[in-house]
Amino acid sequence: MVELLTSTVGLPGWLAWTVAALVSAVLILNVIAGGALVFIWAERKVAARIQDRLGPTRTGGRFGWLQSLADGIKLLAKEDLMPEGADGMLFKLAPYVSFCASFCAFIALPFAFDVVGQRLNVAVFFVVAVLGLEVFGVILAGYASASKWSLFGAMREAAQVVSYEVPLGMCVVVPVMLAGSMDMVTIAEKQAGWAWNWYVFHDPFTFVIFWIYVVCAVASVNRAPFDLAEAESELVAGFHTEYSGLRWSFFFMAEYGSMFLVSAMAAVLFLGGWNGPIPVAALLGFSEATGDTAPSLVQLVGPYLVRLVGLANLLGKATLGVLIMMWIRWSLPRLRIDQVMAVCLKYCTPIAAVMFAGAMLWQVFLPGGLVPGLRRPGGEIREGWLEGPGGRAAAAEPATADGKVVQVTP
Amino acid sequence: MTLVLPAAALVNALPLGAINWHTVFFLLFAVVACGSAIAVVVADSIVRMALYLVFSLGAVAGLFLLAGAEFVGAMQLMIYVGGTLVLLVFGVMLTAQTPFVSIKSSGGDRILAGFVATALLGTLLLAALAVPAWRRPASGVLAAPTATPLGMALVGVRVDDPPVGADATATRSGYLLPFEIVSVHLLAVLVGAAYLARAKRRKTPRAIEEVASRRPPAAVLEHAEAGRHEPNRSGSGSVLTGGSA
Repeated sequence: MVELLTSTVGLPGWLAWTVAALVSAVLILNVIAGGALVFIWAERKVAARIQDRLGPTRTGGRFGWLQSLADGIKLLAKEDLMPEGADGMLFKLAPYVSFCASFCAFIALPFAFDVVGQRLNVAVFFVVAVLGLEVFGVILAGYASASKWSLFGAMREAAQVVSYEVPLGMCVVVPVMLAGSMDMVTIAEKQAGWAWNWYVFHDPFTFVIFWIYVVCAVASVNRAPFDLAEAESELVAGFHTEYSGLRWSFFFMAEYGSMFLVSAMAAVLFLGGWNGPIPVAALLGFSEATGDTAPSLVQLVGPYLVRLVGLANLLGKATLGVLIMMWIRWSLPRLRIDQVMAVCLKYCTPIAAVMFAGAMLWQVFLPGGLVPGLRRPGGEIREGWLEGPGGRAAAAEPATADGKVVQVTP
Repeated sequence: MTLVLPAAALVNALPLGAINWHTVFFLLFAVVACGSAIAVVVADSIVRMALYLVFSLGAVAGLFLLAGAEFVGAMQLMIYVGGTLVLLVFGVMLTAQTPFVSIKSSGGDRILAGFVATALLGTLLLAALAVPAWRRPASGVLAAPTATPLGMALVGVRVDDPPVGADATATRSGYLLPFEIVSVHLLAVLVGAAYLARAKRRKTPRAIEEVASRRPPAAVLEHAEAGRHEPNRSGSGSVLTGGSA
């Protein structure tokens, strides 16, 4: 993109970097904010249908499409209250801390082949590390609110998130081990092809560990049945009891952003990333590679088309993940705090450890998946192409002297 | 085809020159890191201190990422920033009730702390300036992309800088001694923490135990006695008297 800006539009280098960085940032911001709007509406509809109601039906047509927008306007118009004994600075800062952590994690998330804010070679690690920081905002909010409900909620959330990071980390390590890379682009690229190339179907252990990941992901973003931190019946609303208006909505954007993020991560790590169950594009002869020679129509349009389909795939999978989380939320009752801890320490962690060891042994003795013959033979070749000069030259080198390397769609 | 937009031409005419974003972000992160580090010392509330510490360590992670050391940056986030989380939790738990909400140090303490800090900073600056030339990687990509030389140096073998000349047979100490000093220092800190946090021996029994050890009133004993002789009552007497009556 930087090359495009400098060569065709004629921008100077520093401005091209700025524009490229801003485009990525704004796109990611829109994914989070727009996603939150859609997901809040979906949450209402899903909840209503599960409870045999209709949900929003009036705002913006028959299905209440504009309900979230109306909510947003209402939140903007609300008075921004701060409790009297509150620690002002921390109280005001907390929602942004939460939101920033959620936002930062998106930087390393690939949305389609090569469509990634910043390609990191330790992307998985980075995302897990940053996602864990979201709880900072929650604790600060709980502490600064000067309310015991908030404090209880924040403490519960801290205990829960810190505990669930352990099994979550173990689950995340397995695809990393199978792919031999922490780069999310590489991990997804290694699962290209038919659906049985996905790591969830790699061997029985990965299949089990995928479900452990689902449990831990739901717990680490504090969704029901693990939403102890905001248990309405005991804690009013947990850490955000004292918040109103826009600051409150920032917490919710962070929550929906994190939900989307862990779902997208599940898609990338276990469900083939942007690769659909059927490799339609590859069967039709389209390829991600931007053609260097002989720009026929297929080669000219192909890369963009493939990326678009990949984008739709990944967003579809992630949205499905979020919808499943909603389904779980409105179906299961909330766990008690001791049950939450028991699920983590007595079940998730040991099972994840055993499955991790199993997947490791499987990789040693039966490399290449459940049915070795079904693996796509060209996987390694593709990988070589990935790191070759064909289009990856910019991503292969780290930040150069003249600016941040920002990798976006060309 | 080069399409020069009017806006682009206008921008080119501006006296901004070439902004070096690398330097801009380096300065930004450096200022955040140093400013927050000072704020940690100056702040009164433990929770705010922890928050400033998070900002400082996070900015250092940003510096690592900026330098292309992505793994170290992510490690910094995971271990240091994530570890501060626990500090924050303890801060919140300790100061949620009022007596420790703000910690004020006396003037003498501040002067002493300032003196020590200045001395340490001076030592650090001297050491940094004593390095003859900061080596710059050749082309943005490190020549030795593994941590092996560093790890070997930590255990005392300098594969990166082997001894030359007359004393080629002599082994260099590497970083083993500083590493051990740091380890012992950390051990001392741990022992100190364990000492501070140990369970204190109680001089007087707690109120509830004192009450429990008293002899119950006569009426209660009578009642318990009656309960014991009741034929269809199983168990060992009343709850009130326990096994002692």
